Amino acid sequence: MLRMENVSKTYRHRGKLVTALDGATLHIPTGDFVSVVGPSGSGKSTLLLMLGGMLSPSQGRVLLGAKSVYDLSPNERAEMRRRKVGFVFQTFNLVPYLSAMENVKVPLFLAKMDEKAQTERATALLDRMGLGDRLDHKPGELSVGQQQRVALARMLANDPDVILADEPTGNLDPETSQQIIGFLEEFNGEGKTIVMVTHDPRAAKRAKRTLRLQSGTITCQGATDESLYQADSAVA
Amino acid sequence: MRLRTLVLREIFERKSQLLTSFLAILLGITVIVSIKNITYYSEKAVAREMDSLGANVLVLPKSATLQDYYAADLQSQTMPEEYVTTLAMSDLAGLDNISPKLSVPIELQGKTFTLTGILPKSEFQAKAAWGGAGIFSRPIGCGASVGMMGSTDKKTLARKRVIETLEDNEVLVGADVASKLGLKDGGKLNVLGKTFSISAVLPQTGTVDDSRVFAHLHVVQDLSKRGPVINAIEVIGCCMEISKGLVEKINHLLPDAKVVTIAQITTTQQNVNRMMSNLSLMFLVIIIFVGGASIANYMYANVFERRREIGTLMALGANSGLVLRIFLLKALILGVAGGIGGYVLGTILAMVLGPKLAGVVVLPMPFLALLAVGISVALALAASYFPARRAARLDPCATFQEV
Repeated sequence: MLRMENVSKTYRHRGKLVTALDGATLHIPTGDFVSVVGPSGSGKSTLLLMLGGMLSPSQGRVLLGAKSVYDLSPNERAEMRRRKVGFVFQTFNLVPYLSAMENVKVPLFLAKMDEKAQTERATALLDRMGLGDRLDHKPGELSVGQQQRVALARMLANDPDVILADEPTGNLDPETSQQIIGFLEEFNGEGKTIVMVTHDPRAAKRAKRTLRLQSGTITCQGATDESLYQADSAVA
Repeated sequence: MRLRTLVLREIFERKSQLLTSFLAILLGITVIVSIKNITYYSEKAVAREMDSLGANVLVLPKSATLQDYYAADLQSQTMPEEYVTTLAMSDLAGLDNISPKLSVPIELQGKTFTLTGILPKSEFQAKAAWGGAGIFSRPIGCGASVGMMGSTDKKTLARKRVIETLEDNEVLVGADVASKLGLKDGGKLNVLGKTFSISAVLPQTGTVDDSRVFAHLHVVQDLSKRGPVINAIEVIGCCMEISKGLVEKINHLLPDAKVVTIAQITTTQQNVNRMMSNLSLMFLVIIIFVGGASIANYMYANVFERRREIGTLMALGANSGLVLRIFLLKALILGVAGGIGGYVLGTILAMVLGPKLAGVVVLPMPFLALLAVGISVALALAASYFPARRAARLDPCATFQEV
């Protein structure tokens, strides 16, 4: 489903060359649930952005299915994201002036769905997230847990094959975090491939396997129950 | 959810931030509309005033001197009558009416008066029709002689100095002539051995015309044995065309004649028009700079503030074209609202201030609505284009960064 082939990302910052990701190679099959862990600045978000077609690599290839993501034009990449990728953000990234219902409708509008179908689908998704009574609430009128659930509903709107979650529980209390991870497990159970960046070991343990990043290098790929914080293992 | 909903929701959510730009464009359009509106009705009023003065251009023999505008034809110098035909058959724009005159002194019951030969307008129209060209074969645009076309009331000569028809045996009698000789409408008058029917006694004008007897030009030429000559041609020219050099054009056409105009009136009109035009242009420049800068500044700030939102839309699958459209639609809404609001306010302002400032009644001009919205929309779109393009090229990675 997702593949990285010797991917590196470097950029210049105040005249100095910075390596955000260094020769990353990995394969994430369909239906996998991978957590990505590592210290701040280790390249976790860079890896996620590249998998999502949002940040082009300095070298190497990223493939979604059979397609090389960065050989597509920017508009084709946008279309690919709309059809196949769902993002979940640490700070939810809901549009503040739109209601919960309207936020969920945004990807449906981008998919050119008619107004009636948008309403039906958005209502069903928010009902599934337990927010059937909060359809007309704006993000500012919802709790952080409710906001993240709206974001999950929005992410599901176009029924993506791949879910890329960047610290989805980073701003949540432990109880709400468990609820959100529960939802991600549920989506994984429905066949969706999930890559989740997290600092939370309890959230990471709920994934099927874990990648550890250290200074832009993948240092450990393995099953979650293996030693999560053991570094320096060879990359398969 | 539609693009319109997305844009309108954002506008109403952050309307206080938009207020300054909206006010800049609204006030600019208001001023432009009110100036244009008042200027239009002011020009109409001046044109009407010019019309009430009658002829505003005189064609005289080269050697003639102009002492009294109303007595311009009372001198001995003459010029060929064919000058009239030359003018009538010309393609000069802005000639509303031509009135050639030949005046000779006459004595009636021991008192001295002036017999003035005039050419009724119907003869010019006939000439133009024969020629298939000339000034009467095309629409007359300035409207200085509005209300005169087709008028059969011969008393209009007193004010308009032009008459529609005049038969060979008819005369028009000035007010002084009538009162001194005891003449009335329908009476008879013997002039230079020919008996005329008095078709009208003209109202008092306070000019030398009150001491005139008007007859057909060709009759006067025959009776005075002067031949096909005239003393003067009075022309009603459009103010705008006079401003644009009508006098010089007539001079070019008739190089052996002297062409004079009521310079003071045309200069005043010219100055007022120029001032209003300059004022309108000045405000247009101000609105372009102030309004444009305000909108561009607001849009840049708006793009910066919304970069995470834009990144999120891109992550959800929006392409750069859609992001561009979001900001340009917002500019379009701002422009339409500013244009309509500016038209309404400007029209109200013109209707209130017009009578006080220019002494004219001002009515709404729907055409200005199109102008107002056109300027406003063009300005808003132009000022927003670069900020919108920046938004469309924004790095979607901002979505993942704390901003």
